[in-house]
Amino acid sequence: MKNTTGKFRLFWERAGMLVVFAALFTGCSLFVPRFFSPANMEGLLLSVSTIGIIACTMLFCLAAGAFDLSVGSVVACAGIVAALVMNATGSVVLGVLAGLALGLLVGLVNGLLIAKAGINALIATLATMQIVRGLGYIVSGGKSVGIVLDQFFLLGNTVLLKIPAGTDPVSGETVYFKIITPVLICLVCFVGFGFLIERTTYGRNTLALGGNPEAARLAGIPVDRLRIIIFSMQGLMAGVAGIVLASRMTSGQPKTSEGLELEVISACVLGGVSLNGGIGKMSYVVAGVLIMGTMSNAMNLLNVDSFYQYVARGLILLVAVAFDRLKQRRA
Amino acid sequence: MPTRLVFDGVTKEFPGVRALDDVSFAVEGGQVHALMGENGAGKSTLLKILSGAYTPTGGTVAIDGALQVFSGTAAAITAGVAVIYQELFLVPEMTVAENLYLGHLPARGGVVNRRQLHDDARRQLAWIGEEIDPATKVGHLPIAQRQLVEIAKALSRGARVIAFDEPTSSLSAREVERLFAVIRDLRARGHVVLYVTHRMDEVFAVCDAVTVLRDGRHIRTFSSMVGLTVDDIIRSMVGRELSNVFNYAPRPVGGPALELAGLTGPGVTAPVSLAVAEGEIVGLFGLVGAGRSELLRLIYGAERRTGGTVRIAGRPAAIATPRDAIGAGLVFCPEDRKRDGIVPVRSVEENINLSARRLHAAGGFVLNRAWERANAEKHVAALAIKTASLETQIVFLSGGNQQKVILARWLSEDVKVILLDEPTRGIDVGAKSEIYAIIQQLAGRGVGVLLVSSELPEVLGLADRVLVMRGGALSGEFPRADATEAGVLRAALPVAS
Repeated sequence: MKNTTGKFRLFWERAGMLVVFAALFTGCSLFVPRFFSPANMEGLLLSVSTIGIIACTMLFCLAAGAFDLSVGSVVACAGIVAALVMNATGSVVLGVLAGLALGLLVGLVNGLLIAKAGINALIATLATMQIVRGLGYIVSGGKSVGIVLDQFFLLGNTVLLKIPAGTDPVSGETVYFKIITPVLICLVCFVGFGFLIERTTYGRNTLALGGNPEAARLAGIPVDRLRIIIFSMQGLMAGVAGIVLASRMTSGQPKTSEGLELEVISACVLGGVSLNGGIGKMSYVVAGVLIMGTMSNAMNLLNVDSFYQYVARGLILLVAVAFDRLKQRRA
Repeated sequence: MPTRLVFDGVTKEFPGVRALDDVSFAVEGGQVHALMGENGAGKSTLLKILSGAYTPTGGTVAIDGALQVFSGTAAAITAGVAVIYQELFLVPEMTVAENLYLGHLPARGGVVNRRQLHDDARRQLAWIGEEIDPATKVGHLPIAQRQLVEIAKALSRGARVIAFDEPTSSLSAREVERLFAVIRDLRARGHVVLYVTHRMDEVFAVCDAVTVLRDGRHIRTFSSMVGLTVDDIIRSMVGRELSNVFNYAPRPVGGPALELAGLTGPGVTAPVSLAVAEGEIVGLFGLVGAGRSELLRLIYGAERRTGGTVRIAGRPAAIATPRDAIGAGLVFCPEDRKRDGIVPVRSVEENINLSARRLHAAGGFVLNRAWERANAEKHVAALAIKTASLETQIVFLSGGNQQKVILARWLSEDVKVILLDEPTRGIDVGAKSEIYAIIQQLAGRGVGVLLVSSELPEVLGLADRVLVMRGGALSGEFPRADATEAGVLRAALPVAS
């Protein structure tokens, strides 16, 4: 008896929220019209890919007992910088590198402010969030920056896989379920960062840092360097997400992704990543991102007014956190 | 009429563990009742039930015959229970008076009546015979006075059952006497005083009865101290005879393991030069505040030193950070395990492998999971670490087992020198003797041990040589043969000016 409850708890800890997602997904498929259609599935996956990419590194920030509010601004600014450089140089590669470099630079600054200057993560990244958002407006002149190089659009819009999924009842044509590049990029990130957190000293040291910074330092973990790396990676991945998004939108948009940072943090916490640091798994992030995406998608399909969607998302987050606390208290 | 506290069949089960098993005993008011037992014996759990933090899964608690069902800590306070923990629950940024009446400040229309607040506070403090300015911020008071404020706070809330959880661990001898006077005063008023401690001298100094728990069960209640000896209590705590907890045996010593020359830095007032040989245990004794912990932290690179050199195994070691120290074979077990030692939310296995895993990971990066599991299993077995599993979060282990996990962390390294800062603080007798054995095994392997302790018997019992610190400087050195309690203590006590 004891053994089975132990096993159940272990399973619940590892994959509990994935089960919740599976239930939610099944429910939506059964009761929400058009939910389980190829076109909608495609859109759902595409819509979670941006949050998913950034959530991978946000997992590390949260596991280290911090978070990064500047990611939404970095997404916008990286897209703009990539667009401007591409238009100026005619080189996709240079544009992409410029966007990534911007992300890495912002992340590095965040890391240095937090690790070396001792500014807390809330203030440091709140400041860079606004600075980078402002810079995005300044360099773009407040307008969207159209991109003229068609090859760049392949990055975010290439169909990698076409799976026949029935026929259209009206036209009689075959309908395909398509996997598009951002989804694959997101998937690669899930696997890659999942490996990093579970199977490397980088991941385990991050969790130790979040669990008790002083104990980690006294155990020989280079905590300052680790913090700088964690935030640099976060900036870099926000840059990746920004470039992919710019490719999908065929332009750099200064207004895009406002509030994205909160959506990412919500998704992670919803999945079970601790805001106090020290506890986090990639499966939690995957579950959180998918649950958030599915909820939004289902509400859209049900024509729930976007004003109400905000309220609903907030409530869901509260319920998830309350649920998690309850789980911990029983432990 | 004195208060009476009765535990009847109290049981508390956690998933997989029965922390308390059918514990029944009565505590009479007007007596100081010691609660003793090894770590993991259930003392903390019992206190948490008393304070309303835990709900028992079976049995009852009654105060003056009235059954108490504490639905939370607030309910326990209302029922007249106060638990004074090692870590105090005062707000350092608020004044003494504000802390005393936190939650029920005298106010009219939401505006605090400061004069009444201070008058009430002064009266309350005078009641326990303490003169503290109620307007002082609690953060500015020494620990001992904060503790008295906490007691005054409990009394201001009408506490009749007052439990102390190792209240003297950070107090000086004089402060302990002050506390005992207050405790005796509580006794004279007929309150129930429950006193949890590991220190035998205190039990005999202040207690009138002793209850011993072991493995969550009530073993015995000695209702009188008459004719009772330390051995009687220890026997029931560990359930076996303890002839000599130290089992000291001389060891051969080798070349120099650690050499300090002219070390200076914060907390150290005069340059420190000392040496520890391979296989030697050097005890570093001193009163609280003598600079012993500060010295260890300077050696380890946890604080920046301002001068001096460190040599390990005869070679100069450039130690600027703990990481450098570990790389050179110098490791450190901090005094405050919870704050500086363990990563509470991570597993036993992870806490063991925290440092050494880098040596076994491919490229220092990809974990060698087979090694990690094997290493953790090896040390859990070798050090007899009591844990439900390797995946258990370390915070659920008792203090002694947490300390063993930290020792295991360093045994996983290629250690040449180990710095131990109060390695048995807050640990029960049984686990203490196990840790003493581990320390001696380490020395037997040729590791140089520098052991800081404020327990004189521990230093005298274990060390091959005793160093004494006073006021931030070395003040004495005694070979084992010449180290007497009186001599060492004399070197440690402040010189009368």
